[in-house]
Amino acid sequence: MKKENYTISVYTENNIGLLNRISAIFLRRHINLESFTASVSEIKDVFRFTIVVNITEEQVKKIIGQIEKQIEVIKAFYHKDDETIYQETALFKIASKLLFEERKIQNVIKDSNANIVTVTPEFFVLEKTGRRRDVEALYDQLEPYGLMQFVRSGRISITKEKLHISKILENFGMEAV
Amino acid sequence: METQTQTLRKETKISTKRMTGAEAVIRCLLAEGVDLIYGYPGGAIMPVYDELYKYRDQLHHVLTRHEQGATHAAQGYARTSGKVGVAIATSGPGATNFVTGIADAQIDSTPMVCITGQVGSHLLGSDAFQETDIIGISTPITKWNHQVTKAEDIPAVLAKAFYIARSGRPGPVLIDITKDAQFGELDFVYSTCKGVRSYKPVPETDLKSLEQAAKLINKAKKPMIVFGQGVILGEAEEELKNFIEKSGIPSAWTILGLSALPTSHPLNVGMVGMHGNYGPNKLTNECDLLLAIGMRFDDRVTGNLETYAKQAKIIHFEIDPAEINKNVKADVAVMGNVKNTLSQIFPMVKSNSHDSWVQEFRDYDAIEYDKVIKEELYPSNEGLSMGEVLRRINEETKGDAVIVSDVGQHQMMACRYAEFNKSKSNITSGGLGTMGFALPAAIGAKMGAPDREVVAIIGDGGYQMTIQELGTIFQTKVPVKIVVLNNDFLGMVRQWQQLFFDKRYASTEMVNPDFIKIAEGYHIKSTRVTKRENLQEAIAEMIASKEAYFLEVCVEKENNVFPMIPTGASVSDIRLE
Repeated sequence: MKKENYTISVYTENNIGLLNRISAIFLRRHINLESFTASVSEIKDVFRFTIVVNITEEQVKKIIGQIEKQIEVIKAFYHKDDETIYQETALFKIASKLLFEERKIQNVIKDSNANIVTVTPEFFVLEKTGRRRDVEALYDQLEPYGLMQFVRSGRISITKEKLHISKILENFGMEAV
Repeated sequence: METQTQTLRKETKISTKRMTGAEAVIRCLLAEGVDLIYGYPGGAIMPVYDELYKYRDQLHHVLTRHEQGATHAAQGYARTSGKVGVAIATSGPGATNFVTGIADAQIDSTPMVCITGQVGSHLLGSDAFQETDIIGISTPITKWNHQVTKAEDIPAVLAKAFYIARSGRPGPVLIDITKDAQFGELDFVYSTCKGVRSYKPVPETDLKSLEQAAKLINKAKKPMIVFGQGVILGEAEEELKNFIEKSGIPSAWTILGLSALPTSHPLNVGMVGMHGNYGPNKLTNECDLLLAIGMRFDDRVTGNLETYAKQAKIIHFEIDPAEINKNVKADVAVMGNVKNTLSQIFPMVKSNSHDSWVQEFRDYDAIEYDKVIKEELYPSNEGLSMGEVLRRINEETKGDAVIVSDVGQHQMMACRYAEFNKSKSNITSGGLGTMGFALPAAIGAKMGAPDREVVAIIGDGGYQMTIQELGTIFQTKVPVKIVVLNNDFLGMVRQWQQLFFDKRYASTEMVNPDFIKIAEGYHIKSTRVTKRENLQEAIAEMIASKEAYFLEVCVEKENNVFPMIPTGASVSDIRLE
């Protein structure tokens, strides 16, 4: 079976131990995480983990089973890239003097659809949101000029299909304990 | 829905009283029907122990000699009584000594609530004296765990702990309570937990899956059942028996399923797996339908998965969705508690018999008897065999005893040769293979089933891993019978060294102490048997004893357990020698 990118979306109760519990499932099976993002979800008091892994479909099915087995996990889903809308965000910190010394950098910025978040006499910060390859392309263009700092977020993703989480919660028929 | 829950809370309310968190812990245990706990005191759990002193008439505490012993005793108690076992310890080393027992309970699905003390919440993360991150440590080996830092959270958290430990596929839960939460005060209100919204203990059964399963069962020519502990945990022994008898299907068991069906049942065809019986292993690869009932296709059961029952359709009766297709792909998955699904499918299956197919198992039995069993039970050599000890125990107990076994050759012998009439009678560490399990587990097993004879079968290696629990036996006077089958070797490892490592016996020979003197030191009656002519009398005396009794049987040093499926081999490549 071939390995592919899978985006795993996990809806959970807000519990501090759960991050550990979920990451342990991957650790134990020696599966490397491409990215891991925790956030609130569309439902009050329900959290969402968005995890990207590169594994086989058989593996991801078993992982979903193990994740859903955790008491405070409401539901877990997995999707292939073409079933989701996904983005990553990156921040580039660059010396301000380069704007004047390296004229080409202005064109790179113009063409990149990146936003300038802040500018100071010493540095400016560029924010780029998009697919991984868009962020990487910009990185490759800017890196030769020298980056003061670079950071990229994990993937966030919305599925094309409905997930019916509220309905699942209704079916449990209970208030949060 | 909310009002219903609130009404429910009012109905189950026990009292409202101002008290400390420590007292609330005791009141929660009492509300859950707990009257016996195992533990070991220490700094961070002292407020709870102080309350235990006050409540000693209602809640009996057994002081084990090591925290690991407390967890295994709680496991033994849970497995004979069917109730939740409770163990309690202090922070730091007290909590880390729980780890083996918790891992054992997790892999063998034993309902257990472990309570640990923790340093005060203001000290968390400061490397305080006896501080350890037991929540982090126990996360991968618990069904659920939680740290309590406020007294008022204790009742709801403990209610949830008991609910989670016992519901669905049972398992261990650890609750870590900071010292300030034990000292803090709360208005005590207790309501038992009726549900957790993100947790569905028992999945719904799809009627279609039952129909598909019944269809496969009704048309199968060579069906075979392998049942596991799910039958015992679901209290589905009667349903299993009825189903087997109606369908006429020969039924084998996993090590943890043992005793769910009487040994003498005509359709009981023995044990599957590495040291299981010849017939069920061979015929796993010849049956046309394999019904897995409350079992999880452990690697010690299946051998090489690539060659496991490939010719057969597979029906998996299972409560835990994560087990479906985990190791073996199921053609039909029947989800739910087997007690319900077996009674639901009962009217859908035809009355049937498979005489010539069952006869195939019996033919293999005859081969196994000639090549292995006869010599094991009635040895022609001078040296005593483990099998003949089990045979004598069967004769004295008539199959009514609870047999608690440790891990190794003696365990396989106990599971192969002990005879059982009743369920919940075989207590062993199956999944984790924890040496040192049996002695403390036997203490709990006896306390969980005080009217039953409890015999622990232990090797000389495992015995010395938790031998200090003789102190618990001495102090509590719990009348367990302890049999050490002493071959002065770590026998199972030695067997593997003989078969797979050219007899390089690296660190498996043991120079043992005088076990009789040790038993005498704890004032436990004891006998050593070295000759066959004394065996029967010694076992009779042990069983007749009203007190605890220690019997050492010096057995042949280099005997092996057969049959055997070598690691990585197919079940049908099972070896008789």
